[in-house]
Amino acid sequence: MTHLEEPVAAKPAHHAPAIVDPVVAAREAEARQKRITSALLYLDGVHVSFDGFHAINNLSLVLAPGEMRAIIGPNGAGKTTMMDIITGKTRPDEGDVYFDGIHDLTLLDETQIATLGIGRKFQKPTVFESQTVWDNLLLALNVDHRVRGTLFWRNTREQTERIGKVLETIRLTDSRHRLAGNLSHGQKQWLEIGMLLAQDPKLLLVDEPVAGMTDVETHQTAELLKEINRDHKTVVVVEHDMTFVRELGVKVTCLHEGTVLAEGTIDQVSTNDRVVEVYLGR
Amino acid sequence: MPINLVERFRTFLFAFVLIAASAIPALAGPFEDAVAKFANDEFSDTDEAVGEIATSGNPQAFAIISALQDGRLLADPDSKKVYLTQADGKSIDAATGASVASVPDSAVAVRLNNRLRRTIDAALGGLTLMSPDPAKRVQAAQSVFKTHDAAMLPVVDQALEKETDKKAKQAFVEARAAILLFKEDATDAEKIESIAVIKLRGDQEALALLTGLAGAEQSIVVSRSAASATTAIQSRQTLWSIAQNAWYGLSLGSVLLLAAIGLAITFGVMGVINMAHGEMVMIGAYVTFGVQEIIRTSYPGLFDYSLLMAVPLAFLIAGLLGIVIERTIIRFLYGRPLETLLATWGLSLVLQQAVRTMFGPTNREVGNPSWMSGAFELGQITITYNRLWILCFTLAVFAILLAMLRYSSIGLEMRAVTQNRRMAASMGIATSRVDALTFGLGSGIAGIAGVALSQIDNVSPNLGQSYIIDSFMVVVFGGVGNLWGTLVGAFTLGIANKFLEPVAGAVLGKIAILVLIILFIQKRPRGLFALKGRAIEA
Amino acid sequence: MTPHILTRSLDRSATIFLLIVAAVGVLLPLSNLALPADSMFQVPTYLLALFGKYVCYAILALSIDLIWGYCGILSLGHGAFFALGGYAMGMYLMRQIGPRGVYGNPILPDFMVFLNYSKLPWYWYGFDMFWFAAAMVLIVPGLLAFGFGWLTFRSRVSGVYLSIITQAMTYALLLAFFRNDFGFGGNNGLTDFKDILGFNVQAEGTRAALFALSCLALMLGFLICRAVVTSKLGKVLIAIRDSESRTRFLGYRVESYKLFVFTLSACMAGVAGALYVPQVGIINPGEFAPANSIEAVIWVAVGGRGTLIGAALGAVVVNYAKTVFTSGALAPYWLFMLGALFILVTLLLPKGIVGTFNAWWEPWRAKRDTANEDSAAAEDGVSKPRPAE
Repeated sequence: MTHLEEPVAAKPAHHAPAIVDPVVAAREAEARQKRITSALLYLDGVHVSFDGFHAINNLSLVLAPGEMRAIIGPNGAGKTTMMDIITGKTRPDEGDVYFDGIHDLTLLDETQIATLGIGRKFQKPTVFESQTVWDNLLLALNVDHRVRGTLFWRNTREQTERIGKVLETIRLTDSRHRLAGNLSHGQKQWLEIGMLLAQDPKLLLVDEPVAGMTDVETHQTAELLKEINRDHKTVVVVEHDMTFVRELGVKVTCLHEGTVLAEGTIDQVSTNDRVVEVYLGR
Repeated sequence: MPINLVERFRTFLFAFVLIAASAIPALAGPFEDAVAKFANDEFSDTDEAVGEIATSGNPQAFAIISALQDGRLLADPDSKKVYLTQADGKSIDAATGASVASVPDSAVAVRLNNRLRRTIDAALGGLTLMSPDPAKRVQAAQSVFKTHDAAMLPVVDQALEKETDKKAKQAFVEARAAILLFKEDATDAEKIESIAVIKLRGDQEALALLTGLAGAEQSIVVSRSAASATTAIQSRQTLWSIAQNAWYGLSLGSVLLLAAIGLAITFGVMGVINMAHGEMVMIGAYVTFGVQEIIRTSYPGLFDYSLLMAVPLAFLIAGLLGIVIERTIIRFLYGRPLETLLATWGLSLVLQQAVRTMFGPTNREVGNPSWMSGAFELGQITITYNRLWILCFTLAVFAILLAMLRYSSIGLEMRAVTQNRRMAASMGIATSRVDALTFGLGSGIAGIAGVALSQIDNVSPNLGQSYIIDSFMVVVFGGVGNLWGTLVGAFTLGIANKFLEPVAGAVLGKIAILVLIILFIQKRPRGLFALKGRAIEA
Repeated sequence: MTPHILTRSLDRSATIFLLIVAAVGVLLPLSNLALPADSMFQVPTYLLALFGKYVCYAILALSIDLIWGYCGILSLGHGAFFALGGYAMGMYLMRQIGPRGVYGNPILPDFMVFLNYSKLPWYWYGFDMFWFAAAMVLIVPGLLAFGFGWLTFRSRVSGVYLSIITQAMTYALLLAFFRNDFGFGGNNGLTDFKDILGFNVQAEGTRAALFALSCLALMLGFLICRAVVTSKLGKVLIAIRDSESRTRFLGYRVESYKLFVFTLSACMAGVAGALYVPQVGIINPGEFAPANSIEAVIWVAVGGRGTLIGAALGAVVVNYAKTVFTSGALAPYWLFMLGALFILVTLLLPKGIVGTFNAWWEPWRAKRDTANEDSAAAEDGVSKPRPAE
């Protein structure tokens, strides 16, 4: 009953490269030698189409380690599909997607990618509603995720402390025994960010974190993300809320019809003629 | 079977006499005398009588000799009168053909021995070869083909010469070839020519004939030619059997399609697994039974139209029942597909038991109208009319449904809901109305499937159960959200099933299909024709 | 299992449940054997056999609840694992008959002599030994579940698709076991058992022992399930049930979890089948019928899915009702009842008996416990297991 895992999950260290099979290993070795880019996330010439609809069209995006990037774009610009590609939910028809310069993400599945250290917060808050806040964070904690590990899991002081710290950060210490499903919308958003923190990934993908939040909450979220970024974590934020994006004060990429329309500071992007045209219509 | 020489000679002589007789016009006097000989109760007299009657050319000859064969010819030794009991039980005077009120008790059946029986067979064969009915001549030629008795050669030759009917002529040519092939003194050239004729015939009997030849001593040329003809026939037969299997497969596929198509619609549009779908089929079959029952008792003349009346009625009844089910049960369970599955399973139990209570647990008799009975041959394939009609009917239903989905407004709405329910709802489509109508439509189609299935299957409360797993397999295999997938899935499974059957047997074939589908769904978890895109994942 | 897991899994209701099962497992056989037949407290042997059947069904229900209630896998083919366990036990019992069969063949069971088998098929080797048969009771259903699960979970077949495929699996097995040349007695199955481990299966003492054993197996199965669902693995299972893709994005290999719990569940079902066969005295292909598997699912739904006690309770309640209905004048109405049960439970009582009871009980208990729980839980690091039971 204990040998159900595939080799990748058997790696004890969390951030160890997930080597799946010799072919992948060879490709990764090759990539490591060729490691021309020091980028943490590297997308180049990515194409995806669903039944003839081009969701992503020649998309290229490079993120340096420790960078925070805001992605904006109208509905259908391909923001969520881009996240799907990075996290392994959708396979690109064409193009390169590299993490840390060595891991070809197009060859890995969601579990392997998450194990590499890429965490994701969804557009619609997805927390485990029938479990408590504490359990949600426990599930996210980056400890042994194999069947045997969870079956014989025992709590340690270190884990309790980590969860306690996350709870304080997301201000849910008092609600830790409540069911996640009973939280308010904003609290759920925060819990999900808390789960990201517990996961302790290298790269955080955050999809619309402030949707449905009050102004105060929005401000607090921006502060939180900036704080996370200060801990040398790379963050990608997808957001519509321009005030929020401005508050983050980071480089902005504007997507349109699956491709990069403009890149630069928020002021550069928001004055870009093509961006204005896309947002306001022709 | 070696035939003793004397026998052979007798038959030969008899056949010769027969030809001679057929050349001269019938005379009246000797016939009655010949008939009277049966009353002498002597085998030799009976033998003579058969010969004389057969050559008499009297129209009664065939009836009398076949009555003799069946033991229906009675003779009274006292009055020397001979009586013939007809198939309807009435008796006539064999010599005059006049009806008789009663046969005297002293009359006994004319006795036969084996020698006589052979004489009778030959006489009957000869008589039918000359029969005025071409169909009978063909039949007689076929039986000569099978027995290939050399003694029949002159008769066959004679008949061939006079024959004008194309089919009968071909039959005689084949019969002649069969005789020559087994005739000891026939030349090799004749035999090889015969083999060519038989090869052209190319059916199971031709094959049997050629294999029969292998036992007899032959010159090398002949046996080689026979061997090559056997191979040729065998490979042709393989082709025919493939064609026959393909037909069976198409037929099974059409049944599967009919049963699965409604399921595919409800599953595709609503994501609802309707475990009671089979019971809708069953109800359709019982509607057919009800319609026929009413017609039988009140308007027997309309029986041939019973199915035409049952189709719309079954559609309405099953469809309305479907709408009621959707409104009272299914709609409370949207978003909980597994619970829907359980609830509809419970529903199927209730419906089955209700029908069992009303109509009893046993099979009910549903008849085929005359235009659906019988079969015809296409080359060497037998095609029954009911299967053919069901195939046509299925394709018609499919075409109508496709057209409806493509061109009608409700069809447009259904497609919209299939592809993106939330978007459709926000575009102002009343999704709950679409759901109810979709469920009704799916159930209605199941109802008319029941009408068709009542023609080939037992109508019992369990009718639906036997189709439900197969229909699921079709839907899973074909993929959801595309009717073409259901079509391809149904016919693929039907044909695969029928081709596996001769190899693995019916049950193992079915198991193999189930295992293959389980393996197939690993490769394509959403079936052959799956919708792609983000909306589907949600 | 470490003691730690045991203590964690035993909350108050679980302990009460185990005590009740233990009491039943001891008292019923005792009253059957020790009390005189005319005593009003004596449990007649036929009742003991009937209750034994219910206990086996309760184990099957537990196994279904483990995957459906906690992991969201609705198997409509769990009867197949039950039947396979039953057949493994049946094969042992057949070999035990030895030369006492109608045809007196010391090696071949009667049906093989009847069907002109010249020798024992290779897959019958070893079943004359109890330990081998007992191992097969676990291995055969386990292997089938593992192979089936490995194929389906890896390619992410889930939801109704999985349910339909499991149904097809048991249907294929049904067809196969109906065949005479499959070597399992065809239509008639395996029956006419004589003894088990040297004890006459018909004897009252053996029956009482089998009943006690079934209760023990139920307790053990319950403990294993409790240990699984109260561990962190249980939380992962619930996470998978509620949002499979979210669990994947957290770095859990969902298919491994499903495979583990599906295989474990199949082994449990196999054990239930193995205990069932000597008590009812026959195993035939009818046990593979898809309808049986679906019926077992409704036991769980009635009792309350996601509550282990509910599953066991549901199995007993529904089957008791079935016995009452099908033996009396109401027999023709049983299928109406069963059908209505499917519909009404899913529509009106989606949480089942125990789940609904908990929903009433929980707020009251939560209030009572809040005071002393708070500090302790934070110290413990785990939020108190929610009072699901």
